[in-house]
Amino acid sequence: MVTYIVRRLITAALILLGASFLVYLLTAASGDPLEEFRASSAPNKQQLMDARTELLQLDTPAPIRYFHWLGGAAQCLIPFANSCDLGKNIAGQPITDALGHALIQTLTLVTGATVLAILIGITLGIITALRQYSTLDYGVTFMAFLFFSLPIFWVAVLLKEFGAIGFNNFLRNPEIPIAAALAIGAVFGVLAAVTVGGEMKRRLLLGGVVFMFAAAVLMYFSATEWFKNPGLGPLVIAIAGVGIAFAVTLLSAGLKNRKALQSALIAVGVGLVVYFVIQPLLDQATFLMIVLLAIAAVLVGMGIGYLMGGYDRGQSMRAAAITSFLVGFLILLDRFMQAWPAYFNNSRVRGRPIATIGASTPNIEGDFWTLSLDSFTHLILPTIALILISLAGYTRFTRASMLEIMNMDYIRTARAKGLSERTVVMRHAFRNALIPIATIVAFDIGALIGGAVITETVFSVRGMGFLFLDGIMHVDPNPVMGVFLCVAITAMGFNLIADLAYSALDPRVRVKA
Amino acid sequence: MAEDAGLPQSAAGIEPVLDAKGLSQGQIVRKRFLGHTGAIIGLVAFSIIFVMAFTSVGYWGIPGWWKYSHDEVTPLVNDGVPTASLWPLAWGEHPFGQDRIGRDLFAMTMRGAQQSITVMVVIGLIAGFIGVVVGALSGYFRGWTEAVLMRLTDVIIIIPGLLLAAVMAQMAGRRDSGGWFSSFASNNGVLALGIFLGLITWVGLARLMRGEFLSLREREFVDAARISGASNARIIFKHILPNAVGVLIVNITLTMSAAILTETALSYLGVGVKAPDTSLGLLISQNQEAFATRPWLFWYPGLFIVLICLSINFIGDGLRDAFDPRQKKFNAKKAKDAGHPLEPTPVTAFDGTKDH
Repeated sequence: MVTYIVRRLITAALILLGASFLVYLLTAASGDPLEEFRASSAPNKQQLMDARTELLQLDTPAPIRYFHWLGGAAQCLIPFANSCDLGKNIAGQPITDALGHALIQTLTLVTGATVLAILIGITLGIITALRQYSTLDYGVTFMAFLFFSLPIFWVAVLLKEFGAIGFNNFLRNPEIPIAAALAIGAVFGVLAAVTVGGEMKRRLLLGGVVFMFAAAVLMYFSATEWFKNPGLGPLVIAIAGVGIAFAVTLLSAGLKNRKALQSALIAVGVGLVVYFVIQPLLDQATFLMIVLLAIAAVLVGMGIGYLMGGYDRGQSMRAAAITSFLVGFLILLDRFMQAWPAYFNNSRVRGRPIATIGASTPNIEGDFWTLSLDSFTHLILPTIALILISLAGYTRFTRASMLEIMNMDYIRTARAKGLSERTVVMRHAFRNALIPIATIVAFDIGALIGGAVITETVFSVRGMGFLFLDGIMHVDPNPVMGVFLCVAITAMGFNLIADLAYSALDPRVRVKA
Repeated sequence: MAEDAGLPQSAAGIEPVLDAKGLSQGQIVRKRFLGHTGAIIGLVAFSIIFVMAFTSVGYWGIPGWWKYSHDEVTPLVNDGVPTASLWPLAWGEHPFGQDRIGRDLFAMTMRGAQQSITVMVVIGLIAGFIGVVVGALSGYFRGWTEAVLMRLTDVIIIIPGLLLAAVMAQMAGRRDSGGWFSSFASNNGVLALGIFLGLITWVGLARLMRGEFLSLREREFVDAARISGASNARIIFKHILPNAVGVLIVNITLTMSAAILTETALSYLGVGVKAPDTSLGLLISQNQEAFATRPWLFWYPGLFIVLICLSINFIGDGLRDAFDPRQKKFNAKKAKDAGHPLEPTPVTAFDGTKDH
């Protein structure tokens, strides 16, 4: 095992050396860095050209410059020396600084999108696999192909037009006409009727209920101007919490496990009490505090499950922990909604909250909630765009993997033993279907950091892709090399992790030592 | 699926294998492909777009039937609003409208579709060829050949494609001081782009083909061929390659559909096809600011990208289903319905004959 990892790392280092040499030469050969001065009529033209020649060492040939750069980059390998030198960009800023900023921007952009895309994609994949050849399956398959074929810059422009400008116009006077409310309700009703399996009667009944409910909620929202003063309130949190408790128990332990169900419901009750207690504390929230509260919520849930006991404590603890985490999320959501009017009427936002470009409103001031809402409204469009185009791959892959697993002999054995369908799907099939998905996810995370060049360009986020593209446009090798190093190292690192994870998860696969 | 119609209900949700008696491998694949509705629709849609794109504005100097060309400026009709309408069905003077200076959008879109299809085919051919050669050599001969070729693949796989495209665009842009390459690239921009992208997209195919060759070369029929005295070349071309051709075709199709999006994205970023020539990505990039005033300039090119890409994806899906040897698919619905008394199901014996 260790031999294998060491050998992989050495190979990776050699590949990195070769590839970085090529990338440096290509960037240097890709154009003329003095071009913008050649055509200029400035009196100090020669001076400017000399200065840039000096800065980029254009007098030395590119291969020698590469080894100079490599000497600086090699210092990054010395631990704790803090002598990392990746050169400076054309404006004289050290690349290590620029990379740090860009990395933060890119990570905030892609993290949420990736996590959501993976969650939604895997869920959809499993559901379509279980309902193979149903209307839902055909619908999702078609959508997957459609999203797969969408150019992201096209989607982005559409999102800006309808998601941002259109929605902001709507928020100015948030009234939903009754016809529109009925139409949206009908869409939800049809979706519900298609998603739920079973007989036609059951589908129609459920579709009807969902249609009535959605339409009524929309009309209520319209009448009370909910979109201007959103909020959940303890009642909605209580109802939704009970629903979550049932759903989580159904998936994680099965409703027959009464102890688990009771633990989850107690967690919801505790959450409601906490809702009232915690409001003053939340007014002085910081990011760290939210993280700590989330951990506390999980711990409290596990405690409730442990105290409930029963023959299988683990299941109760798991159900209660997931439930309390989700209820905590609802409380957080409610607090964000309370902060919405303040953000909406902020002098910088001026009633047009959904932003089309950038990562934050310039010069905005406010507390934690306002600032978080600000980055949220800036992230929502690029996140939707990224989810749309990466969702398709996960859905199709999970579906194929799940279908293959459902065909296995051990699934038939599990059914023959008389296990419930939930146990067969969640325990025997889902866990095994996750093995190939885990490797794909690792690959994708590795490719993420550099993979959002176009999204960053369209939404003017100054992340890694922007740095890279800017470097290419100015024929400036140093930023290009910096981005390349980060991207290549993460990609190769995660490739290794993917291979190791596969052999760890599937005992039939062994890495060759 | 349509091909199941009329076949007897099978047990436990395992669908019956297509009745394959007396059919050659090619015939089975063709039959399955033609039974795939999505693939057929994709094929028809792609053929229509292909014929329309290449006949309407002409190609390589051959004139087309459409009256305008993609760079011809004509007076604005009705401020450039599209004249095509569904009811009454009419084509009109400028069916897709005109841009701000009066160029016909239908001609530009058709030209862009031509470019996309050209790039796609060139990339498919080049990437397929190099991928097969590299994958076959490294998978069949192993040893040093494999080590060298796979490390080369690893190097190319981590060099960003955007950088290579930018370098190529720069070279193509240098019209004044170029050698043969830059003069070729500036005259046939999109062809050069396709060749270049093909030279870097073969890596995925090569890895895949290597995997196929690695597993196929251990099979009994290869041993048999070797014992009979077949040469390496004969084993590769006559015995292994025909068995790997399914995987190859399917993945070339998927590479091609990805290639269209790559070309449009590069043109959008300004390092692909450049003005005065046009491409679908370039059209969108030029017109995204005008979305509020002239939305059609944005809709039609995007629509064509999606249509081409979607039909190629569906064709690829149909091919995958057709070539998939494990066509016995689990069907949850049938597994649930399988409660009724079993009908006598055909049992396929080892020699392939049916035994009722």
